[in-house]
Amino acid sequence: MTTEAPDAGGPSSIPALLRRNAQSFGAAPAYREKEFGIWQSWSWSETEEEVRALALGLLELGVEPGDFVAVIGRNRPYLYWSMVAAQMVGAVPVPLYQDSVGEEMAYVLDHCGARIVMAGDQEQVDKVIEIADRLPSFRHMVYLDPRGLRKYDHSRLTSFTDLQASGRAARDARGAELDRLRDGLGYDDTCVMLYTSGTTGRPKGVVLSNRNIIETAKNSAAFDDLRQTDEVLAYLPMAWVGDFIFSIGQAYWTGFCVNCPESADTMMTDLREIAPTYYFAPPRVFETGLTQIMIRMEDASAPKRRMFQHFLDHARRVGPALLDGRSVGLWDRLKYRVGEVLVYGPLKNALGFSRIRVGYTAGEAIGPEIFDFYRALGINLKQLYGQTEASVFITQQPDGQVRSDTVGVPSPGVELRIAESGEVFYRSPGTFVEYYKNAESTKDTKDAEGWVATGDAGFIEDDTGHLRIIDRAKDVGHMASGALFAPKYVENKLKFYPNILEAVVFGAGKDRCCAFINIDLTAVGNWAERNNIAYASYQELAGHPQVLDMIQSHVEETNASVAEDEMLSGCQVHRFLVLHKELDADDGELTRTRKVRRKIIAEKFSDLVEALYDGTETISTETEVTYEDGRKGRIRATLEIRDAKTVPVAAPVKAAAE
Amino acid sequence: MKDTEGYVTEDGRQIGGTLMELRNITLRFGGVVAINDITFDIREGEIRAIIGPNGAGKSSMLNVISGFYTPSQGELWYKGERRPPMKPYEVARMGVGRTFQNIALFEGMTVLDNVMTGRLTHMTAGVLSQALWWGRARDEEMDNREKVERVIDFLEIQRIRKTPVGRLPYGLKKRVELARALAAEPSLLLLDEPMAGMNVEEKEDMSRFILDVNDEFGTTICLIEHDMGVVMDLSDRVVVMDYGKKIGDGTPDEVRGNQDVIDAYLGVPH
Repeated sequence: MTTEAPDAGGPSSIPALLRRNAQSFGAAPAYREKEFGIWQSWSWSETEEEVRALALGLLELGVEPGDFVAVIGRNRPYLYWSMVAAQMVGAVPVPLYQDSVGEEMAYVLDHCGARIVMAGDQEQVDKVIEIADRLPSFRHMVYLDPRGLRKYDHSRLTSFTDLQASGRAARDARGAELDRLRDGLGYDDTCVMLYTSGTTGRPKGVVLSNRNIIETAKNSAAFDDLRQTDEVLAYLPMAWVGDFIFSIGQAYWTGFCVNCPESADTMMTDLREIAPTYYFAPPRVFETGLTQIMIRMEDASAPKRRMFQHFLDHARRVGPALLDGRSVGLWDRLKYRVGEVLVYGPLKNALGFSRIRVGYTAGEAIGPEIFDFYRALGINLKQLYGQTEASVFITQQPDGQVRSDTVGVPSPGVELRIAESGEVFYRSPGTFVEYYKNAESTKDTKDAEGWVATGDAGFIEDDTGHLRIIDRAKDVGHMASGALFAPKYVENKLKFYPNILEAVVFGAGKDRCCAFINIDLTAVGNWAERNNIAYASYQELAGHPQVLDMIQSHVEETNASVAEDEMLSGCQVHRFLVLHKELDADDGELTRTRKVRRKIIAEKFSDLVEALYDGTETISTETEVTYEDGRKGRIRATLEIRDAKTVPVAAPVKAAAE
Repeated sequence: MKDTEGYVTEDGRQIGGTLMELRNITLRFGGVVAINDITFDIREGEIRAIIGPNGAGKSSMLNVISGFYTPSQGELWYKGERRPPMKPYEVARMGVGRTFQNIALFEGMTVLDNVMTGRLTHMTAGVLSQALWWGRARDEEMDNREKVERVIDFLEIQRIRKTPVGRLPYGLKKRVELARALAAEPSLLLLDEPMAGMNVEEKEDMSRFILDVNDEFGTTICLIEHDMGVVMDLSDRVVVMDYGKKIGDGTPDEVRGNQDVIDAYLGVPH
């Protein structure tokens, strides 16, 4: 781990960076927000003035160094300022998810003992008031949007404008005190505390120091050559570590402008108007974008459609090569230029991607064809791999080495290690300090030397040095032959087919893999309509021989693709069936965030799993289902089990870890 | 005889003196008596509802207030002065805004343009200036646009700002109509069945907006509504009409206990 202090006299906190920015490029825009139909903007020096007024207001409220200040609301400049103002007086900002319910909020606010809550609007104020009795340390709330709050009891409530006004009034009296507090902030003081979403158990408060945030911002900004003139759109939850790094860490380090949308509903319009140069989105945003374009193109006139198709095919062929700077023939280059004018340019404009220099996606696997589509258009979309505990960056893809199946090389300053179990460990300047008030979890996750367990299994490719994540470490197992078994890897490949909604692959401890498939009713239903296939129910459609043929071809293509990977070639699906019901969270088969619970599924459908392995051709089964209103019923079905062609592999290759 | 006393509502709002007073209003269409000798008042800051079975004369009453109909007999007093017979646009200039039972928006125009039309009563620039978009017309438009944007923000319709009204679902059109009425900054807002044909969620949203309008801008609201739950929850005082006559007037609780009202709604053997 690096231990050196920032460059002699260099800024060692976010408020210090704010000071630097206001001095070096004070007139450059720091924040923009669309309000009342117009983009309002604040320069760095205006931002400093606003933040100072807020910080002085917080001092007047009695905030002391070490206090926790919770921030709840959608992405707005005022709330970003609130976080920096809290840091300026030595307090620790704790951004919370704005859609969390009172109960979740109560746990987090109580756990960190937040003294002050900065709330975005009436909705958030109401939630906090509801739980205020259970928060012994809670003292005061500040609200941003006064709408509907005029008649509330203001003994523990202040408006944002009043807070700033009281701060401005106290400028002469307490200005020096504030400067002293700000200059006293050290590199190892806490910068922010972020709660992990907590899919398993209670949320944990991840403490990140100024060193974590600033070193990470510095390294990642250098990696992608981020500049002061860049623009980002801040639309992802403020409580998420990524937003903190992009909209605060990197923004304050490089001095680029953070743009906040008018409302969640207007995000797409605002994106188009701003056309950010640096952009992050989870895969589903890119998926939706692509689907919408394709649907709209279906409605276009025939010549337009042909032109679109023609140039898109060309882009798919040469676009990624051009982006990676590989050599492309003169004729192809010229044709790409024409396509840029006729198709790609207008398309990128409609998507809001006209100016993108660096785009990232992360979080889940992205379908290769979606990824390639955007890259073909000349959008530099890349993947990264990270987590809260690492201040985001663990690995990322350098320009020119972008592939849809890896997550890139270690980010600058990050060391990687693959444990014997296949689990990925990392150590970096961004590695978190601790879980707040949870020494036990801290010890379980981070060892004495600073190595942190990611919980994901993966391996580093020998020739390229890229990291590939195959699955959650706890799901990875071995087959009877000893070959590596990574169900999620195969399931993701299957799920990239629009016709397949869910897939569950079995095979741990067995001689071969088998799978349950769930069809996507919208996609398959659409296909059935176009091919004059009549069906009366989901079950009938799922069991239709032509549907089975189609799924079989998908499975076989997947097998061919899995076989290319010598480590995982044993995971080819030998037999499969299409389930007669959709896997559902109400039946406990999926989590609320739609992740498959394979153990429960294996138990519930044990007869089907058995049939997959004993060679039965058809099987009758009966399953209990829960309707939306909570009533239960049973459905009966006879399912056909199909064999899928597999690609023979030369010799059973054993996992690297063996 | 302006009453300046006012009263305080159950939820602690101070209601002011009389804003509009209708004295012995009668409206005839040939032999049909649509409104028969009705007297009531609307006070500053209150939410006043007019209810009654179909054909009771509610919409006619609203049309009398908005100046669309001139009463055959009776007087209208507005802000302490007797109002002479007026054209609807003159009434609008005096600060009375309204929405319609059947949405009356310009379908081909965007939401923004529709709401801007609500500001027409505040525009005074001449034709030439408007045509050249120079000088007064330009300043006025910027000024008006800002006011319109505040209304758009208030009613949370930013995302449809540039959408033609014809492409919007019904519930949103109703909201756009409210936006247009609000853009005129009325002191009295007339709402003709603001929640007709809406689902429960849309009704809840609209109720919230009506309360917020009253609360934030202090706008006096007079509304006609059929959903009794909504009327009883929203309004401070209720006038009940039946066959053109006033059969009840008072707080929701008083009206609910009124035997004539119960009979009018449930029917009595004649």
